[in-house]
Amino acid sequence: MASLMADSASRAAAKIMNRSDLTRRLVAKLGAAEAVIAGIGNCNFDLWASGQRPQNFYMLGSMGLALPIALGVALAQPQRKVFALEGDGSLLMQLGALGTVAAASQRNLAIIVWDNGIYQITGGQKTLTSSGTDLVAIARGAGLANSAWASDEEHFETLVNRALAGDGPWFIAARIDGEKPAGTTERDAAKIRLQFMQGLGASAAVQKVPG
Amino acid sequence: MPADKRAEAWTEIVLRVLKANEVRLVAYVPDNVLAPLISMLHADPYFTVICPAREEEAVAIVSGAYLGGLRGIVLMQTSGFATITNALASLVCPFQIPLLMMISERGTLGDFQLLQAIVCRTMRPVLETLGIEHFSIQRLDDVEFVVDRMVKQAFWTQAPAAMILSPLLTKKDNLDGISHG
Ligand SMILES: Cc1ncc(C[n+]2csc(CCOP(=O)(O)OP(=O)(O)O)c2C)c(N)n1
Repeated sequence: MASLMADSASRAAAKIMNRSDLTRRLVAKLGAAEAVIAGIGNCNFDLWASGQRPQNFYMLGSMGLALPIALGVALAQPQRKVFALEGDGSLLMQLGALGTVAAASQRNLAIIVWDNGIYQITGGQKTLTSSGTDLVAIARGAGLANSAWASDEEHFETLVNRALAGDGPWFIAARIDGEKPAGTTERDAAKIRLQFMQGLGASAAVQKVPG
Repeated sequence: MPADKRAEAWTEIVLRVLKANEVRLVAYVPDNVLAPLISMLHADPYFTVICPAREEEAVAIVSGAYLGGLRGIVLMQTSGFATITNALASLVCPFQIPLLMMISERGTLGDFQLLQAIVCRTMRPVLETLGIEHFSIQRLDDVEFVVDRMVKQAFWTQAPAAMILSPLLTKKDNLDGISHG
């Protein structure tokens, strides 16, 4: 599998796309074998709006923790490809997690970050990426060699296809506009967990206590 | 079970009880008191051991692993516990995740650092406010019973559990006692 280092599009050159559209393009490629963990707010709202797959986990309130949750799922189910979806503000809050993923060389994990340059859901305040912080450069520096900016929708799909076909960890960054998400997640945490565990076939085994 | 249980150190008992309960994933941020347990876990191929940058990450990794059907535990010191309130309150408690925590209690019973002592005082109020089951293990005799029962109850009741390692357990026979971790 070719390294993504060859994909040299910079943040400045990347097309500004739309989160709802890209989320739907991602989900259209997934089957029951892939899990998706989506971060706080808009990120999981758009995943919800793209259709409620049982293999989706909607993280409601723990800003920055979608990626480490996804790493945990990937560790538990190494045969399954796991996607973590985060906003730029959320990823900036937990940058060490990129190094943790690199250190674990987690082959079945792909990270997608939606970079709108703002904390959109709290009123559009600027994040660090709007003044030059480049999340792909940070990911590479953290040890994730297969990191790239999606230059447009077609390139985003190419990157997702590569992540589905080959060993990661993968890091895909997409610049997005300030459009509102296409829906709102139903906030029943226990139900979200149960459905996800059933979707992953995990509930019975882990709940049975030995001895 | 070994013939002479008295020969076992708390670290060996913990490792054995984790195995007996199929707790395979360990995520930790280092602590001096936990160091020997951490070395033993790294050396044992039964365990997958992850050392993330922050305790919050460790909580999320072990929570995610549970969702995927793998049991795990977070090891940390009291200062680490002080950084995870948001993760407990917004992830572990509402999603009903039986997160296992083993916390090395620093800042009490002869700690020389005021800052550790003040941080330590925040731990029990947070555990109590969140309604999280917790128990301070003080005697070697109790390690097996308490760890085994707390692990089982966590999974039976779908609720997190905090096993606190008191200096009475980890320091009492350790006469060169002052550690800086
Ligand atoms: C620890 C913490 N700090 C602050 C908040 C408030 N908060 C909720 S969502 C959010 C912004 C998230 O930004 P980003 O991940 O970039 O997503 P966007 O809103 O742009 O889609 C903030 C600051 C929070 N929930 N948790």
